[in-house]
Amino acid sequence: MKGLKYILTGLVFGVIMAKSEAISWYRIQEMFRFQSFHMYGIIGTAVALGVLAVFIIKKFRIKDARGNPIVFQDKDKSWPRYIIGGSIFGLGWALTGACPGPMFVNIGYGYWAMIIVVIGALLGTYFYGLIKDKLPH
Amino acid sequence: MLEILRQPWPWYISGAAIAFIMVLLLFFGKSFGVSTNLRTMCTIVGAGKRVKFFEFDWKTQKWNLLFLFGSVLGGIAASTLLRDNEPLRLSAATIEDLKGLGIAFDGGLNPAQLFGADLFTSPKGIAILLLGGILVGFGTRYAGGCTSGHAISGLSNLQIPSLIAVVGFFIGGLAMTHLLLPLIF
Repeated sequence: MKGLKYILTGLVFGVIMAKSEAISWYRIQEMFRFQSFHMYGIIGTAVALGVLAVFIIKKFRIKDARGNPIVFQDKDKSWPRYIIGGSIFGLGWALTGACPGPMFVNIGYGYWAMIIVVIGALLGTYFYGLIKDKLPH
Repeated sequence: MLEILRQPWPWYISGAAIAFIMVLLLFFGKSFGVSTNLRTMCTIVGAGKRVKFFEFDWKTQKWNLLFLFGSVLGGIAASTLLRDNEPLRLSAATIEDLKGLGIAFDGGLNPAQLFGADLFTSPKGIAILLLGGILVGFGTRYAGGCTSGHAISGLSNLQIPSLIAVVGFFIGGLAMTHLLLPLIF
């Protein structure tokens, strides 16, 4: 089964996020109050190693499992969508303590109330699609 | 082995493991970004018939939905096989601040007050979570990514737009934490 590797990768991701408490509402509050290094350590380590990995992949033109070159898509060069959209996401992140990944990990963990957050996130995504052309990007 | 895995994982293990997940997905020819799944789900339930933004072949994102499904299984594994019953080691300052907001620290990952079973009978609690979800869904799609797509994948590729998005995450997060939460709770 071709899809199994994605399920397993997701499973490991879910375990990492839960066991390092990155899915915790309390930890997100602690982060936004600058009262612990924990979340900054997680994101900082991931980014530092990520930068190194991407550099190595580009430098040695490493290919993916199928032998195709690994390509990195540059994000659109603009700023309104990133600063406004980012801030709106930040409001929701601090309120619910969950970004899109952790919402689902939390449901698996047994926090059924997160289903309401997911329903909200789907409504928000739909609403964005609806009014997208009227927004500055 | 299980005993070691059951303990809370330190930040450097977690950070390194997240970078590994990103690299593994690159090796599979994919790009690590979770919030895209929300768009895909809208498409699957037929949003593409009404709104052009959702008109795309969702099967190209099937791998990402499987990844998301796996992450739910990861949550199940963490709460059963890998469960540890020690209370979360939250900083004393945060416990004190949250007490000031009327939110008790109960030692779990999430406060039962906001995410417990009682929630389903509390209109205010439901409204808070629904509103928060809407902000997350709208904001991530507007910004074109969330913590995984921008903060991890984007910053790893030294993308300035991703840095701007992460600054935005913090503007919103700090405003909610310090200005709005005292008004909401």
